[in-house]
Amino acid sequence: MKRLAYMVPLAVFLVLAGYFAVGLKLNPRDLPSVLIDQPVPAFDLKPIKGKARGFSSEDLKGHVTLVNVFGSWCVACVAEHPTLMEIAKLNLVPVFGIDWREKDPDAGPKWLARHGDPYTLVGDDPDSKAAIAFGVYGAPESFIVDRRGFIRYKHTGVIDADNWSATLWPLIQELRKQ
Amino acid sequence: MRMILLLLAMMLALPAHAVEPSEMLKDPALEARAREASKNLRCVVCQNQSIDESNAELARDMRVLVRERILAGDSNADVIDYMVSRYGDYVLLDPPFKTTTYVLWFGAPLIVGIGILVAVVFYRRRPEEALQTKVAKLSAAEEKRLQKLLEDDEA
Repeated sequence: MKRLAYMVPLAVFLVLAGYFAVGLKLNPRDLPSVLIDQPVPAFDLKPIKGKARGFSSEDLKGHVTLVNVFGSWCVACVAEHPTLMEIAKLNLVPVFGIDWREKDPDAGPKWLARHGDPYTLVGDDPDSKAAIAFGVYGAPESFIVDRRGFIRYKHTGVIDADNWSATLWPLIQELRKQ
Repeated sequence: MRMILLLLAMMLALPAHAVEPSEMLKDPALEARAREASKNLRCVVCQNQSIDESNAELARDMRVLVRERILAGDSNADVIDYMVSRYGDYVLLDPPFKTTTYVLWFGAPLIVGIGILVAVVFYRRRPEEALQTKVAKLSAAEEKRLQKLLEDDEA
């Protein structure tokens, strides 16, 4: 009995170490979205400079879409951009861009001119109205929206070839069948 | 003296407020309500500051949105509900009291309770143990030897 009591600190240590081992690998920014299976928030975004039209929540209905939140100030978006360009080139899914928090109205268009424009339509969101409605924490963030205009998936961070082919693309194909 | 005062002044940690004059509402009553609502809303990019304290750009936009909604006639509860519907309970600095957060609310008191219980049991058992291991008295011969040893030590 006494000998067992001496094992208690060791057992406590092992349990704590187990929790820490798991906890250290979790991403604190990876927060569950409450918007999954909710309709897209109603918004109507103005076009960015040089474009004829922006887009509204109505434009997302009737087809499966990828909504991508980006900004010219966002460093990770540069890393993500070639993947989006490829998706657009292969015509895999229409990508709608929310140009988030541009202080300078020229910055977004310039950035797209430099890196290429993969977007079907781009909306300007200088004061985070749409971003907050989508529960966005940072850029890049992307949402897969189904035909009915419901948010089905939220991807935090950069879309790359790996997570595209492992998660996003299979889901898009699945949603198209519905 | 002046130096000391200056150092003391530097040590005063004042609560930071990030609300800029340009953001404030003209009606002081509504502004007070906006401040109240903002204090319980987490700045989602800084994780442990309220939007009232944070200088982050997203926090600023959230403060402005809070004010717009209040001006549009929303109650503070409506404003907070809206933020929760977008960001989940995470956006609240005070976690709500519901089934998924019971561990959070009851966990700490429960562990303290267990600790107290263990301590009480442990200390109650000790006098009994002491009785069981009672030391036998020295015999006359041993007493004598001890006395001698002590005397030797003194000499």
